Amino acid sequence: MTTAESEQSSKLREQIRQILNAQAQPTITVLSSLIAVQDVIHYLPDEAIKETATFCGSTINEVWSVASFYTNFRFTPPGEKTLDVCWGPSCHLVGAQQVLDAVQGVFEIKEEGESPDRKVTLKYNTCLGACAQGPVIAINHHLIGKQTPESAAQIARELRGQS
Amino acid sequence: MPTQFEELQARANKRWAELTEGDSAWIRVGGGTSGQAAGTDAVFDAAKSAVESTGVNANVSMVSAMGLMYLEPQLDILMPNGSRVFYGNVESHEVADIVEHHVQNGEPLTERAFAYSGGDGSGFGNLPELKSMPTVALQQRIATRNFGDTDPHDLLQYVANGGYTALNRALTEMTPEEIVDEVKAAGLRGRGGAAFPAGVKWSFLAPSKAPVKYVLCNCEEGDPGAFNDKGIIENDPHTLIEGLIINGYATRSTHGYVFIRTGHELPIEAARKAIADAYEAGLLGKNILGTDFSFEMEVSLTGDSYVAGEETALMEAIEGKRSTPRFKPPFPAAAGLWQKPTNINNVKTISYVPEIVRNGSEWFKGIGTETTSGTAIVCLSGHITYPGMYEVPMGMTIREVLEKVGGGVSEGERIKVLQAGGPLNGLLGEEAFDTMIDFDAMSAAGASIGSGGIIVGNETVNVVDLLRSLIAFNQFESCGKCFPCRLGNTHMLEILDRMCQNKAKSADLALLERVGTSMKAGSLCGHGQLGFNPIASALKYFGDEIKSCLAGEIAPGGVYGDGTMILPTRTRP
Repeated sequence: MTTAESEQSSKLREQIRQILNAQAQPTITVLSSLIAVQDVIHYLPDEAIKETATFCGSTINEVWSVASFYTNFRFTPPGEKTLDVCWGPSCHLVGAQQVLDAVQGVFEIKEEGESPDRKVTLKYNTCLGACAQGPVIAINHHLIGKQTPESAAQIARELRGQS
Repeated sequence: MPTQFEELQARANKRWAELTEGDSAWIRVGGGTSGQAAGTDAVFDAAKSAVESTGVNANVSMVSAMGLMYLEPQLDILMPNGSRVFYGNVESHEVADIVEHHVQNGEPLTERAFAYSGGDGSGFGNLPELKSMPTVALQQRIATRNFGDTDPHDLLQYVANGGYTALNRALTEMTPEEIVDEVKAAGLRGRGGAAFPAGVKWSFLAPSKAPVKYVLCNCEEGDPGAFNDKGIIENDPHTLIEGLIINGYATRSTHGYVFIRTGHELPIEAARKAIADAYEAGLLGKNILGTDFSFEMEVSLTGDSYVAGEETALMEAIEGKRSTPRFKPPFPAAAGLWQKPTNINNVKTISYVPEIVRNGSEWFKGIGTETTSGTAIVCLSGHITYPGMYEVPMGMTIREVLEKVGGGVSEGERIKVLQAGGPLNGLLGEEAFDTMIDFDAMSAAGASIGSGGIIVGNETVNVVDLLRSLIAFNQFESCGKCFPCRLGNTHMLEILDRMCQNKAKSADLALLERVGTSMKAGSLCGHGQLGFNPIASALKYFGDEIKSCLAGEIAPGGVYGDGTMILPTRTRP
């Protein structure tokens, strides 16, 4: 690790310690800590695992077992914007697969993940909770319903700055 | 001297009178997650700026959703004369026009409205009265009684509409035993799917003299097609909080948790605000409403995991671990969260409790069927004319709900298939549509009303394709603890993949059944035990279609009959 890298890492550790200490609810656990960190940093860097272990008095192994279990956690930085597309059975029936197809086309990817320029992230979602408005997508947790392949592709292009 | 609660009520009534009886109009915009997806935020902003620019005397609030999701974004205007006119599918650019005509000139834009209520009785031309609309008239609202009327973020509006009177009554006039007996006598059964009598469950916890006891409220609600738990929390969180405090008192518990999945921002925000406000008003914390009863409550967030909704897995998640199910016994009432005596109830179950305490068990018992009292909170989505969330009395048939409340499918089409009660329950074909909505009748038909979600499919739906999406969901969401579930779901998905690609063999049916049997026998929780349900019910109602697919024919229709469905490949390590 270069000096610049280690300086960045210690800054990140400091930020994570602040997030961990700022948790307001009475019950603080490994899971609540990881959720708190990802809410702010948008992913869990190695430093988050180590700091959470220290903070909660757990082992790194225990923290990893939790972090790797819940599918909302990610370990690399996401794009600037994250687009969730629901593929649950309700949205599936009203055309979610075509919406997914269209978004993947614009993002130039074949699975979940970042576009080649790493500007945007596609995330599959099992249910965004607005089934009556399906197919549903969400930009950074803000929901947009009644999508068509065309409307979703347009939104995807705007997110990539290609409108 | 007025009691603490009477003082709270006086403040609440004053607030409500300001909103509904003064010289101001009240513009209420329906909120909620579904509303957000339909574009409510822009409509709300437009309403605020229209009031500002016209200078009319009006309050603007984001209130709870009405549940009529096919009409979202939706707003209504209450005029000082008591008339209320409802506008649906409102676009933000129309709002200024509506406010100008309706509030400024006193002439509602009836051609843009869908219903009215109140007023001097003369009505508004051809506009129907709200309570005459089938989507409203056939409902009987108990847990959702405040929907469309009150601001979920305002404790006083809840109190002004009768809120917390049940808690006050419970704490000052009833013993914990009397409440448990009342809930038992009401015949309230668990709405999470298992249908276990709630009062009986409470009576397991009540006798324990342990110094710390927990009551948990489960709003994990990962079922696609179900949005009523989150719907109650985001639209009327105090109903749930009041119910959970009563649950705590009746079982002599010390702590309550409301358990929600991270990322669902509106329900989380609503629950947190409501709990904070309840503390502030003396409804939570030490010596609630001046009585001897003390009770703490907080929101616990889980990560994305469907199995976290299973009761013992839920306790693991609150403890901050991987949400995998525990062995039973010990049962939660003996050793639950942090090994302390614990009760777990679904959001809907708890949300009925205030009205049961307020109106008595006889009243609740009088609604619904012999074996299932009360209502079902049904979520309709998919190929249905009026998608939404509707609270109907138990005992209505599925067909009535679909056709009378949901408006059926478009003319010339036919409903072919339903997915009811979440992805671990069955598909239903037309023969089952005359089944009564009631726990026992539904379970005899091979389905469950459990979560209340009904996904509707018309004739274009390919049953094998729908099955694959359900099994893909179950495979993705298996927690991995029990290998029959982890591997069984993967194996079933592989077979369904082959079926969709026209590569299946007739022997695959026997293989599916064998896998299903192992899953049922060898899994700790419902995720594996019930995992074969979708296929079993599809064989019952759509056996010919499945068999012709196994014989090498692909049924017409379906989303991706050629087998190129996009699905996650990730499983839990």
